[in-house]
Amino acid sequence: MSNAKQQILSRLREPQRPQIDTTGRDYLSKFAWSTEERIQRFTDKMQAVRAEIHRTDRDNWRDLVSELCRTKGLSNLLLSAETEWGQAIMQQPEQFPALKHYDRDIEDWKQEIFYDTDGSLTSTLGGIAETGSLILWPNQHEPRMMSLVPPVHIAMLEVDKLFTTFAEAVQEQGWAKSGMPANALLISGPSKSADIAQVLAYGVHGPKELVVILID
Amino acid sequence: MTTEFRIRVEDALKKDDVRAHFRKAMDTLMTNRRGQFPEEDELQRLRSQAMAIRANALSKLPELLELLEENLTANGVQVHWAQTTDEANNIVLEIMNRHGAKSVIKGKSMVSEEMGLNHFLEEQGIEALESDLGEFIIQLDGETPSHIIMPAIHKSKEEISRLFNEKFPDIPYTEDVDELTKSARNILREKFYNAPVGLSGVNFAVAETGTLCLVENEGNGRMSTTVPPVHIAVTGIEKVVEQLSDIPPLISILPRSATGQAITTYVNMISGPRQEGEKDGPQEVHLVLLDNGRSNIYSDPELLATLRCIRCGACINHCPVYVRIGGHTYDTVYPGPIGTILEPQKEGLKVHGELVQASSLCGACGEVCPVRIPIPGLINRLRYEGVRQDTEHTRTKDAGTRRKTLEAVAWQGWSWSASHPGMYNLGTKMATKVRKLVPGKMGAWTSVRSAPKLAETTLHEAAKKLGVDNE
Repeated sequence: MSNAKQQILSRLREPQRPQIDTTGRDYLSKFAWSTEERIQRFTDKMQAVRAEIHRTDRDNWRDLVSELCRTKGLSNLLLSAETEWGQAIMQQPEQFPALKHYDRDIEDWKQEIFYDTDGSLTSTLGGIAETGSLILWPNQHEPRMMSLVPPVHIAMLEVDKLFTTFAEAVQEQGWAKSGMPANALLISGPSKSADIAQVLAYGVHGPKELVVILID
Repeated sequence: MTTEFRIRVEDALKKDDVRAHFRKAMDTLMTNRRGQFPEEDELQRLRSQAMAIRANALSKLPELLELLEENLTANGVQVHWAQTTDEANNIVLEIMNRHGAKSVIKGKSMVSEEMGLNHFLEEQGIEALESDLGEFIIQLDGETPSHIIMPAIHKSKEEISRLFNEKFPDIPYTEDVDELTKSARNILREKFYNAPVGLSGVNFAVAETGTLCLVENEGNGRMSTTVPPVHIAVTGIEKVVEQLSDIPPLISILPRSATGQAITTYVNMISGPRQEGEKDGPQEVHLVLLDNGRSNIYSDPELLATLRCIRCGACINHCPVYVRIGGHTYDTVYPGPIGTILEPQKEGLKVHGELVQASSLCGACGEVCPVRIPIPGLINRLRYEGVRQDTEHTRTKDAGTRRKTLEAVAWQGWSWSASHPGMYNLGTKMATKVRKLVPGKMGAWTSVRSAPKLAETTLHEAAKKLGVDNE
């Protein structure tokens, strides 16, 4: 045990423990919102921070994403060949811009993802209605930088994974029990800052545009 | 009795344009916060919950720190302990040297400011570059943050435009905020791309799962902790919480209290380096746990509340003193009410003890604090710490060193007369007789105020005349 650790801990162990009142600590914040209310709240909150929301279903989402790629002028799209969304798109590549896959370590294609990737499409683990947030757990199929480096991020969210609060999501999905992944994220809109004279500007370091495809 | 602090205050009060700027910014922040808590009951419940979470964590602090280390280590994160900022700086340097790294890109971190890390690394020939837009701007100008969450809040758009033009002459002059932001994005993207090491702070560290939480809006936190092959996180030992389920309530109240946002754009939860089979993320993650006086604060059952702080800045935004004098006037790492209670404890009452006098004890800070730190009460306590004589009963750094004989004698006299009614009445009666002798000029006091006037009769006489009888 390092000397610093030993000394810090012994100093912390010395005083009498503070008497505390933890009443109210374990309150679980959640709301009795219907699915439609959750969707409405999620949409309002996301739009308020300039995210784009499109609601569609399993039959039509692919055409919608194809159309969005066209209108946004994406010349390529990064996706995973392992997700159902990626696989469906790969079945009709002619409808989409050039498809890219994150199938190498970042060191082997850093230049390309930084300077030659227009957009990405990822799945999500769920959504949070209260704050308008996406839950992402990046993994080997959909690595961290997919939702971070390209200027446009398209995120797929199924309506039945929309929770009312973050607290509810953590509990229902059993985050603590399952063990946390190396990287977990909440994303609530495109990257932004008000550091220059409190004027809101978008696309500081992360994606300039966040597009959420809500699937019924 | 002019002091350096008083001189800085005087200078700050003369800068009308800067004061107007702060006023406008703080008004917006206060309005935004109010908008986030439409229901008073809900706000009070959330505050109680957040307080309970933080108080619970502090009551188990040594055990939770050990559990945090155990779980982080199991996740592949290397944990380091530092008693002083000097030790923390050297830990960072040692990691940098081991990788032969000559630069580091930083997400926003107040603990790194506390360490004076940038300065330390530069002396060692290592470039430390800030990537939070506000921090980037003030670093360009060689300044320190004037606010803990909005570091460049003292700068106007025009000043920033001129600064960009001066530092990056190749970029055409613009006052367009989107254009300025785009320039910063391009400059910093390249830096992220090449940086061998990224450094960040930590908002909360979860002992149960070994998870470091980091909230931010720009993506500077994500980039700093994702792109470079090595990530170093620095944090104070008080930032630990017990369970993962403690995080949602804190994430709920922190940004709402801070900037009046429902949530920050990004909430990063980092529990380890790149795992087997993963294609990106840092190969190494380090956590530096810094004490720097915190364990000393911990030893006092009342002052301990200081350590509940989640660094939202709401107390700063609502402080009538801060809004008038601005952040730099404090000459501390943490300004405003939280700095007023934290800095004298951390750095000692000799250096920063004067700050606790610079308060009207209006109570706004305590009312808005999301973890219910009784800031005005602690300010009062630190005033007492500064003048108390039984210094063997306190661990507050430099306790008793602000005691002045003249002040002590005056209060002793007051205390004596207040407990001897006969003398007290005689004294006040005498004072009404000599009221004409009170000078019109009383040094510094009357330089900006009119002199106090004694009344023609004492309160007792006036009450008697009105027939009030309470005796």
